Order: sequence, then structure tokens, then C-alpha cells
Amino acid sequence: MIVADRKSLQEILAMVKDDKKILIVGCKGCVTVCNVGGLKEVEILASSMKIARKKEGNPIDIDINVLERQCDNEYVAEISESVNDYDAVISLACGVGPQFLSEMYKDQTFYPGVNTTFFGGATQHGVWEERCAGCGTCAIHNFGGLCPIARCAKSLMNGPCGGSSNGVCEINKDTDCIWDAIVRKKMEAGELEDLMGVKGIKDWRTARHGGPRRSIREELVQGNI
Amino acid sequence: MSELKSGSNLEKVLTAGHFAFTGECGPPKGANVEHLIEKFQYLKGNVDAVNITDNQTAVVRMSSLAASKLMIDEGLEPNFQMVCRDRNRLAMMSDILGAHALGIRNMLCLSGDHQTFGNHPQAKNVHDIDSMQLIALVKKMRDEGKFMNDEDIDVPPKMFIGAACNPFADPYEYRVYRLANKITAGADFIQTQCIFNMDKFRDFMKKVVDMGLHEKCYILAGVTPMKNAGMANFMSKYVPGMDIPDSLINRLKSVDKRDQAEEGIKFALEQIEEFKEMEGVAGVHMMAIEWEHRVPEIAERAKVLPRPVV
Repeated sequence: MIVADRKSLQEILAMVKDDKKILIVGCKGCVTVCNVGGLKEVEILASSMKIARKKEGNPIDIDINVLERQCDNEYVAEISESVNDYDAVISLACGVGPQFLSEMYKDQTFYPGVNTTFFGGATQHGVWEERCAGCGTCAIHNFGGLCPIARCAKSLMNGPCGGSSNGVCEINKDTDCIWDAIVRKKMEAGELEDLMGVKGIKDWRTARHGGPRRSIREELVQGNI
Repeated sequence: MSELKSGSNLEKVLTAGHFAFTGECGPPKGANVEHLIEKFQYLKGNVDAVNITDNQTAVVRMSSLAASKLMIDEGLEPNFQMVCRDRNRLAMMSDILGAHALGIRNMLCLSGDHQTFGNHPQAKNVHDIDSMQLIALVKKMRDEGKFMNDEDIDVPPKMFIGAACNPFADPYEYRVYRLANKITAGADFIQTQCIFNMDKFRDFMKKVVDMGLHEKCYILAGVTPMKNAGMANFMSKYVPGMDIPDSLINRLKSVDKRDQAEEGIKFALEQIEEFKEMEGVAGVHMMAIEWEHRVPEIAERAKVLPRPVV
């Protein structure tokens, strides 16, 4: 899923400091799963903002709504009747949400309430880790099912570098060296041969470096499915 | 290894069977050419080639390419370092051609320390290709006369290709295979990370020799003389990939502070003596960090002078 962290209350308050009536929109997709932009978090943010503004002697009206998904115009359209009743709207969806909202409702201002961080999953309760860089050419099967592009600090195709120590990356002790894991897995499986030679140079066109990407399913576009 | 690949002095020294002695020099954090040239003078005649570091530890310095050219102008031979952190493939190939045009004939291909260590941790890193692929790229440009995309190069850049090896990083048991991969990629010579744990290095070299890697590539053992126990402690804690045994730190601590530099040099000299005899070791890479002025004395006492003229 897409993982995000909520922006600080101070940062969000500063975004809408001149507004008197706002809407906070959550999303039932990834940000609900990673506990940052679902109903509960929308409610908590609304309460926190109301209390803070009241303390300042500058109260604010806040309505809330949680859409099925903010990355789908069908659901984004659900707020069409009320969206312009507000001075501003805060989206707690990933970075996709406030853009879909902005594109549909050109007269409204949408603020991102979260920082979208990575594609990953929960490794334990309350901890999410990056697993995928969305490079557009998946080859994890060549690396024991582990991705060096997303998980090596230098995205090495031929690691590990000289900074790998006791399974930990040189950048900090909380970051695992994924190449240590790849190499150990291959050696334990008796597949060292897979790591011999030079892994080919990556074509980054399928990653963000080829410009903004688009995925087209012709059969869907043509309405055959 | 009979036909010369770049004709650099370092290549000639090694192919003639001499025990190589290379140095290292970090460009200044500024455009202070005078200071750089002063540092060159300590190395001139005392080493076969000098590594010019490329924004080492991810701290911005004068470009390694420019400093390498300044070195050539002063009559020394540079080993131009290039890291994958700061350049994409276009910039790399362009600089490789430029380096050849400026008379540079040795290159050391590195991944580069991560930018979080340096003075611009906010920077975006590149890592378009990695050090293994860079080695293969320089070889392709030199031997096939082709760019990465297979287009022809009119005058191919001739480089004696160097790579690094850190026997002290993990997983240890894989390190010799990674070295083998660098040789497969096209490394002509290897300069190891600073060696302090001699037991481990002896074991590593045994594996290297058992695999016959020393016959495919020249391996230069990395030596850094410790200035004092504080430096040893610092490197142990903060420099990635360093393996500094307590026995060395204790040895430095065991003498008076004023004598710790001498003790550090003595240890380095003992290492060099052993490397001269160690099977598979073709030379020493002396990394006297900001201690270039001590290199003449160290070279003299290590009995590696005069350097061969080939």
C-alpha cells in the first residue's frame, strides 16, 4: 500500500490560519490501513484543530467526510454539492487524493494533511517499511525476492557496498542492509552462482526518469471489459 | 597482462613486476590551488600514482577531474576517482572522455559514501549505475570503443581500471566473490579499504589466492597510518566499513600521546613489510589522510624508494 505520515498540527493549522470553515476529507484506502487518513484520524485532527483554534480565540468550523477512495473520480464526485461551501479543504489521502480533488474542483483550495512516503507494509504494529520504488521493471526474482532498488540506500544492482556491517546499512543502524539479506539467502540456498557476474544496467525510463507515467489497459478503455 | 591497456605509469610499474606504492590526495574545500600543489610535492617521486578523491565522505571539494589535471601539470600521475553518487551515465562517460583528453590514464571506480555522511545530506543522489557497472563501462569504452548505448567512440579513452575492495565489510564470506565480480567486470587493479585487522586480511588474501584472483588483477593493500589513538577511535566509530582491532587502539594508547604518531607509523611500516611478502599482494596503497607531508618519510622507512622508472 501507499504509506503516509500525518503532517504536524502546527503545519496544518498554518495552512488554514485565515479560514473560518473547512472540510477535512479522509480516504478509506491505503491511508486508513496505515492509520493516517481514515475516519478515526479525520476525527482526531478535526478535534485537535478546533481545540487549538478555540484556544487562540479564533474558532473554526470543521466538517468531516471520508471517501471510499480519493484516487477515483467516481468517489471524488460525491462531495460536488458541498465542496464550495468551505473556505478550504484538507485531504488526509496520499498525494493522489488532493490532486484528484484539485483537478475536479478548480475553484477550491485543497491542502495535503499528510506526507506521502512510500510503497510498503507494516512489519509490526505501528511500523511500516518501504518495499517498492515503483521503478516500472520488477526484477525482484533475481534478488531472492528482495528489492535492491527500493531497499538499498544506493540502489545497487551489484551489492553489497563496502559500508555493509553486521547486516546493517552504513547510513544508520536502524536500516537493514538488503544486500546482506540477498547474499545470505542466496548462499544459504546454494545459489551463489546467481550473484556471479555483473547485473545489467537498469533502464530507468520505466521509472519516474522517463517522465510522468501512464498505464493504459486498452480493453478497459474500449469498454470491452 | 602483457599488452599495456592505458600505458599509465602505474600500469607499467605493475606489469614490470615491481611492488607498487600509490598515494592519495584529497582536493581542497575551495579553489586553493597553491595548497593542493604543496601537497603534491610531498608525493612527487615517492609514489607511482596518486588517487585524487571524488567528494570523499560526500563532502564537497574541488572536482577530482580538475585536481587530477593540476596534478599532471605538476608532473605526477593521478588515479582519477569517480563515484556513482554524483553523476549519471551521461556525465560519467563525458568525464571519462574528458579525463583521457586531459592525459589521465588511471581511474578508480567507486559507489561513493552515502550523502548522509557529508555536508549536503539534503542532496538527491544519482546511482544511475553502480560501481560494478561503471567498471564494465570504462572497459567497454576502452576495449570496444563504444558508449554504453553501443554507439562508436571516435577516439576511445584508455584507462587502467581500478576498483575498491573492502574485505572488512559484511557478509565477509561473500567479499571474495564480489571481488571476483569486479575483476570479471574489468578491474585491472584493486585498492583495498584501509587494513588494520591483519588476521582477517591474511585470511582474505588466502581466499583470493585460492581462487586465483591475484593472477587476473593487481591487488594493492590499503594502509593508513594512525596519527593517534583518537583517530583510531574516531575511524572505528564513524567511518563506514572500518575494522580497527582493540589491540591496535590499545597499542597506540600504551605510548605517550606525543609518541602515538610514531607508533602509528611503526604499525604501518610493519604492515608494509608483511605485504611485500604476502602472496597475491602487488603493492601498497598509502592513504595518509591529511598527512601527505609524512609520506616521504614513510616511503623512505618502508624502503620503497626510489620508485622504479619504467
